[in-house]
Amino acid sequence: MIASSSSQKSSIRNDKTSKVQRIQDGAFLVVSQLSALVVLIVLLGIIISLIINALPALKEFGVGFFFSADWDVNKQKFGGLISIYGTLVSSFIALIIATPLSFGIALFLTEICPIRLRRPLGIAVELLAAVPSIIYGMFGLFVFAPFFAEHIEPALSSTLGKLPYIGVLFSGAPNGIGMLCAGLILALMILPFIAAVMRDVFDIVPPVLKESAYGLGCTTWEVARHIILPYTKAGVVGGIMLGLGRALGETMAVTFVIGNAQRILPSLFAPGSSIASTLANQFGEAEPGLHFSSLFALGLALFVITVTILSLAKLMLKQMEKKQGTKS
Amino acid sequence: MAIKLDIKTDEKSNFTASRLNSSTNALEIRDLNFYYGGYHALKNISFDIAHRQVTAFIGPSGCGKSTLLRTLNRMYDLYPNQVATGEINFHGENILNPKQDLNLLRSRIGMVFQKPTPFPMSIYENIAFGVRLYEKLSKAEMDDRVEWALSKAAIWTEVKDKLNQSGLSLSGGQQQRLCIARVIANKPDILLLDEPTSALDPISTGKIEELIHHLKEEYTIAIVTHNMQQAARCSDFTAYMYLGELIEFGITDEIFIKPQRKETEDYITGRFG
Amino acid sequence: MSDALTLKKAILANRKRTNNFALALCMVAMMIGMFFLLWILSILFIKGFSSVNWAMFTASTPAAGTAGGGLQNAIVGSLLMVGSCTLISTPIGVLAGIYLSEYGNKSRIAPITRFVTDIMLSAPSIVIGLFVYALVVAQAQHFSGWAGSMALTLIAIPVVVRTTENMLQLVPGSLREAGYALGAPKWKVSLMIVLRAAKSGVMTGVLLALARVSGETAPLLFTALNNQFYSMNMNAPIANLPVVIFQFAMSPYDNWVGLAWAGALLITLGVLSLNILARVFFRDKNKG
Repeated sequence: MIASSSSQKSSIRNDKTSKVQRIQDGAFLVVSQLSALVVLIVLLGIIISLIINALPALKEFGVGFFFSADWDVNKQKFGGLISIYGTLVSSFIALIIATPLSFGIALFLTEICPIRLRRPLGIAVELLAAVPSIIYGMFGLFVFAPFFAEHIEPALSSTLGKLPYIGVLFSGAPNGIGMLCAGLILALMILPFIAAVMRDVFDIVPPVLKESAYGLGCTTWEVARHIILPYTKAGVVGGIMLGLGRALGETMAVTFVIGNAQRILPSLFAPGSSIASTLANQFGEAEPGLHFSSLFALGLALFVITVTILSLAKLMLKQMEKKQGTKS
Repeated sequence: MAIKLDIKTDEKSNFTASRLNSSTNALEIRDLNFYYGGYHALKNISFDIAHRQVTAFIGPSGCGKSTLLRTLNRMYDLYPNQVATGEINFHGENILNPKQDLNLLRSRIGMVFQKPTPFPMSIYENIAFGVRLYEKLSKAEMDDRVEWALSKAAIWTEVKDKLNQSGLSLSGGQQQRLCIARVIANKPDILLLDEPTSALDPISTGKIEELIHHLKEEYTIAIVTHNMQQAARCSDFTAYMYLGELIEFGITDEIFIKPQRKETEDYITGRFG
Repeated sequence: MSDALTLKKAILANRKRTNNFALALCMVAMMIGMFFLLWILSILFIKGFSSVNWAMFTASTPAAGTAGGGLQNAIVGSLLMVGSCTLISTPIGVLAGIYLSEYGNKSRIAPITRFVTDIMLSAPSIVIGLFVYALVVAQAQHFSGWAGSMALTLIAIPVVVRTTENMLQLVPGSLREAGYALGAPKWKVSLMIVLRAAKSGVMTGVLLALARVSGETAPLLFTALNNQFYSMNMNAPIANLPVVIFQFAMSPYDNWVGLAWAGALLITLGVLSLNILARVFFRDKNKG
């Protein structure tokens, strides 16, 4: 009713502009949506390409592929058990060692450390996480393994090795390189990851909760044990599983120090193989055919295991985020 | 009552006749209801916002005054689960119509927020950004427009030597006037001000109120405020809202001198809220 | 009365002992972590610097059993691959981050994408190498720099997506509303206002992604492979630092092992300085 002639004119011009804008808006939505889809497509692509390439081996050996310890390139007989065993054992060792250490580090950084040191030490832990895995591998091969063979393995076999039942784990020649060494280097690698996640979830605990416990006369350890840990349980477990996911798929650090032997021996001092190390060592020379396809089947097993573990970790951390009330 | 002293009664009464003329409504709100998901935030609101007058929305926190303002440029559309029903007529069109082009609507109904929101770019670009959306101007024309808008917002003399500096480098009050200039540069019909001075010091607040007084000669203004004196000082009409309902609407002088409803009186005399 | 008090004191002393013991263990854990960081870095510096010389930047990798040589071809190859990876992954990652942050609350694929992105952040990189091998190398019948670059890109994208989304979420909603209130269309608000406001945070994400892929070795083994000679042809196998380090470190030749240490030092310095640079960027932003 009050539309003046000038605003009428401008609205006609604006109509054209806004049509152009609507087209641009639509195009922008499509482009950004496609970019987001790239991630989904890659995941699907990985699964499909692994399955397609693993199919010949799975057809030949059936599900038994994952339970057979035969890996003989000359006889063209392949089974994934050795590598799967090596992957699981080395990651398990890593987890046993890294979990209490990262818990200690996270607790130190959130509760004990003087405020002034908190930032630099936190950054130091993050830098430890940023060091490329190949550096861990080289350090393991050239520095840690010789030291390990000379000082730690003899000590272990003369103490733990004498025990019944578990003694066999710590027997055999001290080579340095082997399953235990790989586990230790892996532990060192995933330590900062787990510690960083734990530190972040510890920070979520509302200060009021901690203060009221201190108000009752609790010691720092009691607050950690009875307040912080129960409150952050899901996040802590999520962090540990995130570390496990990393350990399972780690290639370079393991390949340098695991020994790359295609056999399963009870002793942890003995060399073995993980899925990732087998892939790194053999894929380049594999002839198309069963060998090639078996390596893809190993890759498929690795991918399925890690994605399952990581999904569980993510779901647990999500519970934690809900507690915090914000999404991150 | 102290408030009464602020009002120049005789000067205002001259406008009253023309103000009440229904043909000069900038916005006509009819049976407006608003829902945040299941929560009924505005209940059957109907009133008119007069052309080139200042209309203030007052009421306690959570009464729906900001929600009402945000329906007038459909800002709520950005969020899921927020729905408005009823009519808001603007130039004879219902802006709640789903076919309404929102960008166009918002370029004609400008909005200034509680906290200053300078964009992360230079002062000049802050103004030019909005203008470029709908107009193609030469460099000289754009310079003129920027100067014009900044002068209108009474900030030109303060920033004319630093147009290339970041908008974030200004003080809070200056940032808010920059935001007003940015809206004016678009030459909108209506200005919506959402508690524009609540984050500012008294001196900056005074400058903005003075600015509102000048701007109403050319623009229709709707302002949400929690400050009753501000409503009394700046506005021609006042809408008092409570719990999502429009309790009373009328000429500001009348609302503040002899409110028709007991609730309104309690609120403006500070017995409540 | 005094008996009760003595008992209380005894219990408290016991609790305090447990506390001190536990806290001491935490400190030991921290010290173990720091000890290994320092041990690794000092070994790296000692062995790395003793092998660094000018020839490293001017000569190509030596053949087996030949003395001397350098890493020039590997450095160039790494820069080419990481560079092209950054150019490709940044726009895709940033756009996907914008999608998750700005369109995410109304979209059904956004939560799935977010979840998958988090998984891909930690997925085994060697499997990504297998994927790119099957997709590119096996089809083209030869290894290539482009294949290596693609594998790195797939690793970098999730990092960029996640940081971009997180940084955009930090931009106050009122800034977006102010843009819309002027009548600006969504793409202009997203690109010219929100993204610009989060610029340094997004840069942080890009730098972190760069740091992450610079040290990646496993996916390059099956994609870029290696090349003994200087080459800038991305369509052919190309030398790169991580694979050279891997092959040389495992070799019996002393000069190869030396070059591997020098390369390791180079990579670590690069990665750590990218990390620190990213932190500085983010800090500046938080100050401003």
